[in-house]
Amino acid sequence: MYVAVKGGERAIDNAHAWLAEERRGDPSVPELGVAQIREQLALSVNRVMAEGSLYDPDLAALAIKQARGDLIEAVFLIRAYRTTLPRFGASQPVDTGAMDCLRRVSATFKDVPGGQVLGPTFDYTHRLLDFKLMAEGELPVAPGEPVQPVQVPHVTGFLNRDGLIQQEPESDAVPGDLTREPLELPASRALRLQSLARGDEGFVLGMAYSTQRGYARNHAFVGELRIGTCCVEMEIPELGFAVEIGEVELTECETVNQFKGSKTEPPQFTRGYGLTFAQNERKAISMALVDRALRWRELGEDNSGAAAQDEEFVLMHSDNIQATGFLEHIKLPHYVDFQSELELVRKIRAEAMAANIAQQEAAE
Amino acid sequence: MTDDYNFAYLDEETKRMIRRAILKGVAIPGYQVPFASREMPMPYGWGTGGVQVTAACLTPEDVLKVIDQGADDTTNAVSIRKFFQRTAGVKVTEATAEASLIQTRHRIPEAALTEGQIVVFQVPIPEPLRFLEPRETETRKMHELEEYGLMHVKLYEDIARHGQIATAYDYPVKVEGRYVMDPSPIPKFDNPKLDGSPALMLFGAGREQRIYALPPYTKVVSLDFEDHPFEPSKADHDCDLCAASDTYLDEVIMDDQGGRMFVCSDTDHCRCRREAGHVGRLGVAA
Repeated sequence: MYVAVKGGERAIDNAHAWLAEERRGDPSVPELGVAQIREQLALSVNRVMAEGSLYDPDLAALAIKQARGDLIEAVFLIRAYRTTLPRFGASQPVDTGAMDCLRRVSATFKDVPGGQVLGPTFDYTHRLLDFKLMAEGELPVAPGEPVQPVQVPHVTGFLNRDGLIQQEPESDAVPGDLTREPLELPASRALRLQSLARGDEGFVLGMAYSTQRGYARNHAFVGELRIGTCCVEMEIPELGFAVEIGEVELTECETVNQFKGSKTEPPQFTRGYGLTFAQNERKAISMALVDRALRWRELGEDNSGAAAQDEEFVLMHSDNIQATGFLEHIKLPHYVDFQSELELVRKIRAEAMAANIAQQEAAE
Repeated sequence: MTDDYNFAYLDEETKRMIRRAILKGVAIPGYQVPFASREMPMPYGWGTGGVQVTAACLTPEDVLKVIDQGADDTTNAVSIRKFFQRTAGVKVTEATAEASLIQTRHRIPEAALTEGQIVVFQVPIPEPLRFLEPRETETRKMHELEEYGLMHVKLYEDIARHGQIATAYDYPVKVEGRYVMDPSPIPKFDNPKLDGSPALMLFGAGREQRIYALPPYTKVVSLDFEDHPFEPSKADHDCDLCAASDTYLDEVIMDDQGGRMFVCSDTDHCRCRREAGHVGRLGVAA
């Protein structure tokens, strides 16, 4: 008699081979190219870049292909790759005021200098399945002039001019790096924003939604949502000045939130801030709401005990790579621990049953 | 792959950072040292903390053994061993005595460890107080102030409710009379092996970004009460393959009629005993 537990290595190799075959699917259907994913599943690519914390549409598309469309798995591939990259420097802060905007809307004003620019949005589409897309070969063309991205001022800047919105303190301090230093609490706002920016879209969305439904409600208006490209500049020590090294697409959301004012300060609006790689509005807006909820202490508000106000709760549970790893690891073998529980339960049950019998006998 | 990545996968900067955390851990036995855990090419929960500690400790001369649940051939042990064979090209072994570094999940080998050996534990939740107090900010303060009353109340409540301490694995220990430490989810049967071990014991929690350590010959006491002393427990059987009566056993279901067999969880130990001629109830003479 022998317990058949050998063969782990062969089982793993075979599982991987099977997975590769499944990934390709029916070979009579043409293979999906990385460029097709990059161009036609752009919002998936954007999410993977944002949560993977790496701006590279080609690699994100590759990760999506390799992960069979599982976006969290794709984020994981990107993160694992990202850690191996050398760090040779940090860019200058990106100036989102100088963004070439494709889309820019404000919910707080009917019109603003620079105008409301809808851009490529799902906002007013009717969600009807377009069966024409099942037939291939269609090439939609938008009528009119080619897009001219515009540079427009920040909407919150207009409020700021009248002192109606709270001024953010300026600082030249170098922000910490979550991926290089362990997160210690309480965290600075910079670290909180960093954590939210790479946090799971679904988690941040749920947290933001909970604030809207009354768990630490902060009355958010979208002061401005803008999407477009920004230059990334880096100071080269040998040159002594900053040069442009490329550009990234960003989504930025600034919310305008209510503030009652205090004994020392007249009533004033406050802000929440969200920024993500590429077009990712849901995430940017969610982030701004959660950022605002986490600022309760600094703004002298009450802690209502809501989850979205709880820095430790939000920051420790927003990372989907950590969450999915720990969640899924419970499918790994745990039989040694289970065995020890089994023995303990048997022992406690035996003692409890013996005590019951003794009690019954005493009663008779 | 050995050509594409640095020795043992991690870059030297990262290894240095991890070694600093390990040294701090060795200097303060049982204290959880925060470290900047990296994203590894395997998921959190699969042993990323252990893998990073192993990577930081490995030298080309090392002989590596990897076990999971006490066995060398469980899937994740195979996978982690393969990872280091590919990225470090080190010699591997299943024999506890031959290994200079042993990475383990959920067990400590049965064979006595020796001076110069390093045991690396994979740790899911390094904080022994976590399920009594979910906040890290609070538990760090509790360790600082040596405020362990909550833990004793929990153990006492177990006794009041069940007549005994109802913790079978992950059983908390006190290190050198100072820090309460989580020994990782080893069965409490293994706890006595931590005390005064001649081997260096390192604990890595990747997702939780913590490293802690027990230097050789550290005093490690499992928490208990005078009238309810700590009792390491195991299944009340002998190994059905090698007849060992002093090893931790796995219970294997044989059929749907309630047939069971008990076998050593430490596969290497069981094999050695069988090779030495020990035969259990269901075993065959070698």
